[in-house]
Amino acid sequence: MKFSERWLRALVGVEADRAALVEGLTLAGLEVESVQALGDGLEHVVVGEILDCRPHPRADRLRICTVAAGLEAPLQIVCGAPNARAGLKAPLALEGARLPGGVVIRAAELRGVHSQGMLCSARELALDADASGLMVLPDDAPVGHALADYLGLPDASIELKLTPNRADCFGMLGLAHDVAALFGGATRLPDCSPVPAQHAQTRAVQLQAGAACPRYCGRVIEDLDARAPTPLWIAERLRRAGLRPVSAIVDVANYVMLELGQPLHAFDNAALDGDIIVRPAKSGEAMRLLDGSTVTLERGELVIADARGAQALAGVMGGADSAVAAATRTVFLEGAHFAPAAIMGVARRFGLQSDAAHRFERGVDPELPRRALERASALLLAVCGGRAGPLQQADLVGWTPPRTSIRLRRTRLARVLGIEVPDVEIERILLALEIKLAREADGWLAIPPTRRFDLAREEDLIEEVARIHGYARIPGSLPGAGVVAWAEPEGQVPLARLRAALADRDYREAVSLSLLGEAQLAPWGLLEASLPLANPLSNELARMRPSLLPALVAALRANRNRQQGRVRLFEVGRSFHPAPAARREVERLALVACGGAAREQWSAPAPVLDFHDIKGDVEALLALRGGNAEAVSLVCNDLPPWLHPGRAARVLAGTVELGVIGALHPALERAIDLDGAVYVAEFDLAALRAGAAPRLRSLPRFPAVRRDLAVVVPESVSWDRVAAAARTAAGSVLAELRLFDVYRGAGLDAEHKSFAMGLILQDHSRTLTDTDADACLARVLQALAQACAARIRG
Amino acid sequence: MESLLERIEAARRAIAATQSADVLEQQRVALLGKNGLLTAALKELGALPDEQRKQRGAQLNALKAGISTMLDERRGALERAATQGRLAREAVDISLPGRGAALGSLHPVVETMDRICAIFERMGYRREEGPEIEDDWHNFEALNFPPHHPARAMHDTFYFAGGELLRTHTSPVQIRAMQGRQPPLRIIAPGRVYRSDSDQTHSPMFHQVEGLMVAEGISFADLKGTLEAFVTAFFGRSFEMRFRPSYFPFTEPSAEVDIRWLDAAGTARWLEVLGCGMVHPAVLQNVGIDAERYTGFAFGLGVERFAMLRYGVDDLRAFFENDVRFLAQFG
Repeated sequence: MKFSERWLRALVGVEADRAALVEGLTLAGLEVESVQALGDGLEHVVVGEILDCRPHPRADRLRICTVAAGLEAPLQIVCGAPNARAGLKAPLALEGARLPGGVVIRAAELRGVHSQGMLCSARELALDADASGLMVLPDDAPVGHALADYLGLPDASIELKLTPNRADCFGMLGLAHDVAALFGGATRLPDCSPVPAQHAQTRAVQLQAGAACPRYCGRVIEDLDARAPTPLWIAERLRRAGLRPVSAIVDVANYVMLELGQPLHAFDNAALDGDIIVRPAKSGEAMRLLDGSTVTLERGELVIADARGAQALAGVMGGADSAVAAATRTVFLEGAHFAPAAIMGVARRFGLQSDAAHRFERGVDPELPRRALERASALLLAVCGGRAGPLQQADLVGWTPPRTSIRLRRTRLARVLGIEVPDVEIERILLALEIKLAREADGWLAIPPTRRFDLAREEDLIEEVARIHGYARIPGSLPGAGVVAWAEPEGQVPLARLRAALADRDYREAVSLSLLGEAQLAPWGLLEASLPLANPLSNELARMRPSLLPALVAALRANRNRQQGRVRLFEVGRSFHPAPAARREVERLALVACGGAAREQWSAPAPVLDFHDIKGDVEALLALRGGNAEAVSLVCNDLPPWLHPGRAARVLAGTVELGVIGALHPALERAIDLDGAVYVAEFDLAALRAGAAPRLRSLPRFPAVRRDLAVVVPESVSWDRVAAAARTAAGSVLAELRLFDVYRGAGLDAEHKSFAMGLILQDHSRTLTDTDADACLARVLQALAQACAARIRG
Repeated sequence: MESLLERIEAARRAIAATQSADVLEQQRVALLGKNGLLTAALKELGALPDEQRKQRGAQLNALKAGISTMLDERRGALERAATQGRLAREAVDISLPGRGAALGSLHPVVETMDRICAIFERMGYRREEGPEIEDDWHNFEALNFPPHHPARAMHDTFYFAGGELLRTHTSPVQIRAMQGRQPPLRIIAPGRVYRSDSDQTHSPMFHQVEGLMVAEGISFADLKGTLEAFVTAFFGRSFEMRFRPSYFPFTEPSAEVDIRWLDAAGTARWLEVLGCGMVHPAVLQNVGIDAERYTGFAFGLGVERFAMLRYGVDDLRAFFENDVRFLAQFG
């Protein structure tokens, strides 16, 4: 909502200056988005009249004008505007003027011809964006008169960012009441008294759309002069509200819309045939609109039709066939009440810019149509002449405008706001907002004006009191009530601890969009597993991620393309799945890594990352679950197809799958154009965090004994098997089993490898002897020979 | 006697010139050892007459003490020199980079979200989460957005075929937290939210933190005090703040909160940082809480906005591009 400051001040007496007015509006919930000062720097700018206009002898596009400026003699002005012509009245900047853009006007030679000032466009005076030619002033503009004075300047265009509940402030009237309440001034409301009928012509109205249009008012006005010029004050107020003056009839309708908030429409009465019918559009009904576009109505949009068909898209835009034109002599003026639900989305669907729709979608006072028609009739008769017919009003049978009465309790207001507002202040505020009040024992019975349909319950009134009284006058306090002690479950690994562990292991935390495109998912084979959006913003953001990895790997690749060889990222977030319902959103932790196992440094060569590097990172995370947590195992079966089958595993805790770890499948790496191996891991976060609180075991009181053992086993025997057999055979005295070397090569054939391990033996009740240790070692060796075809390495 | 003195004087000179601990030990033995020069001379004292023995004894003992001191000093000097040499040899280039894994980093948005939540958690709020795929009831209807409400148009919503949607705010967590629970409640709900909008200041996905407090006797004054305390804690200093009336369907009275922000150029301007209000009685009724007995407040803030202010980031989208050169700037 944009409006002229002067107009507002004409409707309500306010002594506050512009800055105070603007701040007051903002702090009352009518947020001022912009303030454009108009008419500053118009000293020495007067109304000029071009008396004569002849070509410049040395410049094609310049002309030499003789301009009357109310001085003793006319001035000679060189001008380049295409619309300069004898008889035109336009702003003339005299010598000494300093225009809003900073241009200082001096007498000057222009291509050898003396010029004593400058004829100006609206843009040069910062009054409008129009720079196409001289600003055309009305023929009756007084020559030599100060332009600012003549145009009602200085002024400001103030633009409000209105919240959806304040539809009433799309009219100056609504705004004026708020300002009156805020600043205590008196309102001077426009005259909406009935215009007496001077002829009997009417047009019958049929309401066939039910609640979509419960009220329709109309009036025939005949013998108008549609060519009459729009009065300057109307044109200027429209311009300052961001509307371009069009023609007197349209301008008056727009003016009343801005003033009262009620959109009106004028039909050329001669173009209408028979009754006015308010009805839903027939399927496939087409009509040409005022802006020249043609719409085909498929969804029963509300239309205003006559016997021939739709003549207006109700509450949005009139039709071209019944539009008023210069030749129009008789108009049918419409002021109707359309329900928001009937208008909502229609303008948007057809890409139409419509001030009417903007207001109807948010709601218009149902009591306004009649007043607005009276007001518009009076203005039209004054501007265009003509004779008004009787004002007709058709209401849906049984419908009355909703009227609520609300109880406001003094104690409730104090409880909600936390301060006591004196009765007198409460009454002052509500009465200034035109809310009718009846005192009751514990408060008031309030009846809001019909334009304030946002006021329906007690809280609405409390808010009115609070915002006009001023939020700033409510002192802050800290609530003491309602603290309930709580803690995360014992044993659950804190998320911050997991994130810190990864950051400490040189991973960088990433945040990716949860939305991605089919092209990103297809190479992973995850397209089917992803949920599609019904109304995506683009193809790249059309599906919910079924895994954190595709986006993280894409980020890794983007970083590699920016010359980062070693990239390590992790993310915590949700994946989304079509089914089952209970697992539609799964919180996950994922990590991706490529490049060197460690950052390049001077003291040791950095090997390229491999499976066991990433496994080390994962083991660090798993260790946070605590020594009492369910033991973890890695298995190679049922791997997702995007993992390298020989370098990947599923991570299980008992039978619960925590996640997967491994190298990306080479086929995927090729498909998404990755150079070099990428290792990834992804976990179900809740499962990963399910640890167990530690239970202390007593510290050993007797020294440990270490025995080292190197065994040769077939290549197919995994360390897991060896370790398991060794642990079982050694029994409880084996405190720790350390693998310190895996050897292949000289001395062994290609089918064999060697594991070298240290067994840390310890007993809780006595010091182990060499005999004990040797016996244990022998048991282990025998078990390894049996279970793993192991032999001691000689 | 003369010759003894001369020999001792020669030995003194030798000791002063000695460079090795081993040689020094040989010199000690030669003078003070079992068969050393001075030891032998002392042994010979017994053969002398009393008067002479006394005089000579004193002389020899003085010589012995002097030699002994000299040997100790020389040994000390040699040890100090040896230590000095070792320290010089062991010096390293302390400017070479340290060894071991470098640190990664945590994401500025997540860190900011945690900081926000931590402040409220210290005020007794409990962290809650809710689904990102929501139904219309939790995201809109229960929050007092009726169908066709114009406020819905301000939430550009992503939908799924079944009519479900991506939550447009964290406010539905309020509803879930209140459903089936009775006041007193203090909850804080961080998370991702979605709007179908994308440019320099809008991302289709961003983060919000929602706060809710419901108990007996909670007022707008409590809301103001709480948020003032939060802003002061978050930025580590107090700001000029203003509460500006606004509109959200699920709160009334509602407010937007502006802080007086000084930008890098030193220009002060009002900056909107969060939206809040008293929980609308219709919302309490929707979840079965007695709106007469209990009152409450709710607030919602955009995490990225706070992160941008905190770190001087001016393009929202940079947060989600995961450029390591960007991420590396955050600890």
